[in-house]
Amino acid sequence: MKRPKPKVAFFDFASCEGCQLQVANTGETLLDVLDVIDVVEFREIMSEKWDRELDIAIIEGSITDHHAEERLKQIRERSRILIAFGSCAAIGGVNGMKNNFDPDEIGKYVYGSDYHFFPTEKTRAVHQVVKVDYSVTGCPVYIPEFVEVLKAVLQGIPYYVPDYAVCVECKLNENVCMYEKRVGCLGPVTRAGCNSWCINNRNMCYGCRGIVSNPNEKGAKDVLSRYNIPLDLVLKKIDMYNKCREIKNE
Amino acid sequence: MSRDININVDYLTRVEGHGNIVVNVKEGRLETCRLDIVEAPRFFEGLLRGRSIFEAQHITSRICGICACAHSLASIQASEDALSITPSEQTVKLRKLLLHFETLDSHLLHIYLLASPDLLGVKSFIPLIDTHNQVVRRALRLKKTCNDMCSILAGRHVHPITATIGGFTKLPGKKDLDAILNMLEGMRPDIEATVEFVSTMRFPEFERDTEYVALVSDDNEYPLLTGDLGSTDGVRKGKREYRDVTNEFVVPHSSAKHTRLSRESYAVGSLARLNLSYDKLHPEAKEIASALGLKPKCINPYMNTAAQLVESVHCLEDAISTVEDLKNMGIDYDEEIVVGLNEQSRIPVKAGSGVGAVEAPRGTLYHNYEIDERGIIQHANCIIPTNQNLNNIERDMEKLVPEILDKSDEEITLYLEMLVRAYDPCISCSTHIVNVKFVNR
Repeated sequence: MKRPKPKVAFFDFASCEGCQLQVANTGETLLDVLDVIDVVEFREIMSEKWDRELDIAIIEGSITDHHAEERLKQIRERSRILIAFGSCAAIGGVNGMKNNFDPDEIGKYVYGSDYHFFPTEKTRAVHQVVKVDYSVTGCPVYIPEFVEVLKAVLQGIPYYVPDYAVCVECKLNENVCMYEKRVGCLGPVTRAGCNSWCINNRNMCYGCRGIVSNPNEKGAKDVLSRYNIPLDLVLKKIDMYNKCREIKNE
Repeated sequence: MSRDININVDYLTRVEGHGNIVVNVKEGRLETCRLDIVEAPRFFEGLLRGRSIFEAQHITSRICGICACAHSLASIQASEDALSITPSEQTVKLRKLLLHFETLDSHLLHIYLLASPDLLGVKSFIPLIDTHNQVVRRALRLKKTCNDMCSILAGRHVHPITATIGGFTKLPGKKDLDAILNMLEGMRPDIEATVEFVSTMRFPEFERDTEYVALVSDDNEYPLLTGDLGSTDGVRKGKREYRDVTNEFVVPHSSAKHTRLSRESYAVGSLARLNLSYDKLHPEAKEIASALGLKPKCINPYMNTAAQLVESVHCLEDAISTVEDLKNMGIDYDEEIVVGLNEQSRIPVKAGSGVGAVEAPRGTLYHNYEIDERGIIQHANCIIPTNQNLNNIERDMEKLVPEILDKSDEEITLYLEMLVRAYDPCISCSTHIVNVKFVNR
């Protein structure tokens, strides 16, 4: 049975393009992936361009201006499946911290009197602008999860980002809890799926995968008070990746 | 010859980020010659305000996925400068290693996947999978090895986890160092094959004398992580005087910030470093340089790709001896850092300002933070290599276009694209150089 390979394109918006790079970093495995999909546009590494219908559009980056919004809507129109790829696309990510400031004020700070050349709007995640079919969260994306999502897409079955805390994976990995080291880790409120990548490397969780839908707020507060860590510090830390959650969908 | 040429390359491909080339020739006379940057601005310097200095590395790493380690290291250096922290010898060695891995990774990505398709006459590496399968496999294999070594040392390459203010949150075990050494030595045959591959490439012959800027030092080490700022025109300044080197200015009719030093423009990157510190390269790297006909002062910008290969050999050999040093010294695990957001005030904090200057793969990268007595960032400034090269690229284009007017529009476009790509521009980094003006559409 030979079916035509699905046409896939990568598009980048406001981002560091590190999630696309994660794909290139898979080494020769990349050739296996290219065996089952037909990459028709990937500006970072290809000169080929594609402006027709797509089976799968993979979107990296957040939406931060009107031009990006229009471009994203056009991509959505010609794509059967749209994947929000990486934290910037899936939840707004670090670009969301911009929303702590008035757009004119932050524009003036960075660009001086010429700031009006760079009209900017509040940062939004992709799902806050168009319909998203699949999300791969994480900063950067965790490649094993991306492969799972890609497999689900190709089989036409849904993929659900885990809705339990990073702590679940962290415990299985037998890490010493960051709270035992008196560090305010975001593992207890952050969605798993990264195999507790950062804590395995003895750093804390920064919440890059988004907040679980039903966080145990009381439990988290108890832990904070037990270790004498101010709640404000943790709330501010949550904003590093999750500021865009404050924007309500239209 | 009077001729009209109108070139508009929208969304230049095989570079990091979004840029457009705009060239207009009217009756044989060059009227416009520009590299526009249309990347969506991300306001990193603005959004750092109010964040803790202990978050700066994590946040600024996200400026660029390709040089995430260089951003992390520049950020950490600036933060430690502000907090008056001197890193240990072991930490410095491990940081050098991390930077070597990233430089190797980035240079190899550029040589194989971004630059070589032009020289082989194809649009991307995809057609090369059929025609040059072994070359593509070698490129991906090399890239993966760099990535795997970063994973061992820093948790991952894209946005390293363990590198932080004060040192590393997790130090490599003895087995880890052995594994890294194995991988490095295993890269040697592939790097040799890369040298052969690059020696078959013909780089366009084009020269324009310019000023080259990079870190310089008085010791015998090829300076990548520390040093003063120096130029081929004889400038030498301490890193805290970086603003006197970059001299950022706004171009009339464009808000793209450019830089200049002793003359109209300057260049940073592999070729600049090689021109300034050629004698300090590893002997094997020097051998490759002379085989490729590269010696200081080389003023052909297309040769930057060749300079990247020379540096790859240097980084590989220097990384091998650094790992051997670390093995001989033995890792001191008491140096492992627990910081987080400095919740427990393990690191003393004071008000101050600090500068980090690091040779990222694409050139000198500056981070500068000003913090208050609680360690909260009041001001931040990051100057990115590509930002510094933009002005120089445009001056190159101005000289190049009249020299190749006898060629077809397609050929001129290709020469220009190749010129821009030779600088390996990283536009996602340079988000404060946005030019939204389109002329002669």
